Amino acid sequence: MNGDDTILNFRFSIGNRRSAIGNQLSVEGLCVGFFTQACPEAGLSRAKSRGRGNGVVPAVQDVSFSIKKGQIFALVGESGCGKTATALAIMRLLPAGQSRVVQGKILFEGRNLLELSEKQMRLIRGSKISMVFQEPATSLNPVYTVGDQIAEAIELHQNKGADQAWEDAAAILRKVGIADPERRALEYPHRLSGGMQQRVMIAMAISCNPVLLIADEPTTALDTTVQAQILDLLDDLRKQNGMSILLITHNLGVAAQRADVVAVMYASRLVEIADSRQLLAQPHHPYTQGLLRSLPRLGSPPTGSGVERLQTIPGTVPEALHLPGGCKFHPRCRVGCADMRCRKIEPALREIQPGRWAACWRAPGYE
Amino acid sequence: MIGKNPATSCGAKYSSYIFRDMGNANDYLLTVENLKTYFPVKKGLLRRTVGHIRAVDGVSFSIRRGQTLGLVGESGCGKTTVARTIARLIPATAGRVVFNEVDVLSADRNNLRQLRKDISLIFQDPFGSLNPRMTVGSIIGEPLKVHRLATDGDLTEQVAALLSKVGLAGDHINRYPHEFSGGQRQRIGIARALAVQPKLIICDEPVSALDISIQAQILNLLKDLQEEFGLTYLFIAHDLAVVDFFCDVMAVMYMGRIVEQAGPEKLCRNPLHPYTRALISAIPRIGVSANCRLPIADCQLPIQKSQIENRKSKIPVGCTFGPKCSLAGPDCLRQPPPLAESSDRKGHFVACWKC
Repeated sequence: MNGDDTILNFRFSIGNRRSAIGNQLSVEGLCVGFFTQACPEAGLSRAKSRGRGNGVVPAVQDVSFSIKKGQIFALVGESGCGKTATALAIMRLLPAGQSRVVQGKILFEGRNLLELSEKQMRLIRGSKISMVFQEPATSLNPVYTVGDQIAEAIELHQNKGADQAWEDAAAILRKVGIADPERRALEYPHRLSGGMQQRVMIAMAISCNPVLLIADEPTTALDTTVQAQILDLLDDLRKQNGMSILLITHNLGVAAQRADVVAVMYASRLVEIADSRQLLAQPHHPYTQGLLRSLPRLGSPPTGSGVERLQTIPGTVPEALHLPGGCKFHPRCRVGCADMRCRKIEPALREIQPGRWAACWRAPGYE
Repeated sequence: MIGKNPATSCGAKYSSYIFRDMGNANDYLLTVENLKTYFPVKKGLLRRTVGHIRAVDGVSFSIRRGQTLGLVGESGCGKTTVARTIARLIPATAGRVVFNEVDVLSADRNNLRQLRKDISLIFQDPFGSLNPRMTVGSIIGEPLKVHRLATDGDLTEQVAALLSKVGLAGDHINRYPHEFSGGQRQRIGIARALAVQPKLIICDEPVSALDISIQAQILNLLKDLQEEFGLTYLFIAHDLAVVDFFCDVMAVMYMGRIVEQAGPEKLCRNPLHPYTRALISAIPRIGVSANCRLPIADCQLPIQKSQIENRKSKIPVGCTFGPKCSLAGPDCLRQPPPLAESSDRKGHFVACWKC
């Protein structure tokens, strides 16, 4: 079983289904490396063999997925698994000098974003693809009013005059549910609450009617009730404008409720992709199963007498510098830890049922 | 602390509703009665106090020995202020806190020293709450030395024993906090809290900064330690599912007051207060559609106007949730509802005129 072959097959199957036409974005075999001063160790040999020198940590490894028009695609995983690195690679905002895309393609409107010049990319970034960042308080510029910050994007991308842009900014603030937008546009970010700041971030992101919105943990810093409102807002905008959303979250509940398709990431790799309902009702990858089991459920019946305990995934997420061989999850896996094949050969992501992908030797239909 | 204290005037109203069937007072390790913590609002060149923010405004509860009380609510509702006031890290404005038959708020130096040993805290941020320049050994050893629980000879031994209790290896003792992951650091924080052999541990959002799989490990660890040492927890969290799993009694706070209190199975399955209902329905859950949510008028929750009280209007006006509540009538805006036991559900306390 050759790992490279299976990846090719997988890519081929995407092309074969002729769904590429309906795809807003497809990411193919994306690998992102972060440079580090750390000593290269055994786990680095793959990165090293690509000739990138010492100390390259693979942050994203062979990630392939596609997002259809008007779809909410959730990328779920624990911190450090490469979710944000994937998003930044799509936006071409990876910190230069610290990281780079090692290989792969990001196809958007028939063009590979990775081959565009910075000038061409600037025309797309913020107008066709835009991003909502995780922490609104630190992402907004504290020395400009929120109106200025929204109007800037409109002026740059839509060739409008300052007055017109300012009017548009107020209209967008109203659209994202901010009362009295003309007055709020004159406020500085610190005057707004966390929920309002996030609304401003979203207003900025949708000001040029993007076709793809990347929302990186848009509600993590917010309260439950505000979170529900922000997610409602994103859902409404998708329905009105027909835009696609790449929703990055670590909250499985959010993914379950809001996304059409959920992809689970572990140790820089995608381990499972499926329709959100299917994935959560019947997860096939042991990591997804473990995550769902370790989640306390609201109003779940007590298990009986004695001390109630949550089921856990043993161990911790491996460091990117010291990844285990074979399947990256095998040391923590309940079924695969004793299997020689899981320990030696890494399973590639493969379609196991129509519309369902998994990277596990033991997933039903994998072989 | 504050000259003319507005808190005393509207005090007795909330008195002991909860303690009606409390039986032997000895069963309770911690009793909080009508606790109020107000922060002054200062303005102008002379920094004159122009009003007060009612961060905690008449909170009463009690925790049985060996049990866990969960305090939930959104950010800014006063959960942490309650915890810090109980630990005497912030001065209280009014009320009474009785811990193990000792009045905490009026404890003198000697009593306070004993209290600091009996009540310890676990903090939310595993990155900010450990001194980066101290080794794990000295972080955990410091409380042992301060309270003279260990001699120089057996200090290392005791620290190693604590480390193994929380699932860390003995050779971690000479490392610095930055060498650990978030979950491991939280374990160090737990070991530090355990070092003084406390009776009560106040856990202020101990798992909210952790990933799901690590969160489950830490919750299980806290449960095991509770069983082993007979600990009592005051558990603060904003995640209702975590509190539902972890606690024996659950109290929901809204703007400085407890609006509902009951066992988790009652409170999560059959919430009575309109705020609790809206809060629970807003939680994204697996297998529940986003559309079956209850509306909540406008949920921006910065410091509310009614929480700041200025010199002109000293009278608190009605239920704090009233302006956002779909059930609110004219009564609700006139007088704050007391936390009272529901007539048809024993042990379920709710502060609502309409329930």
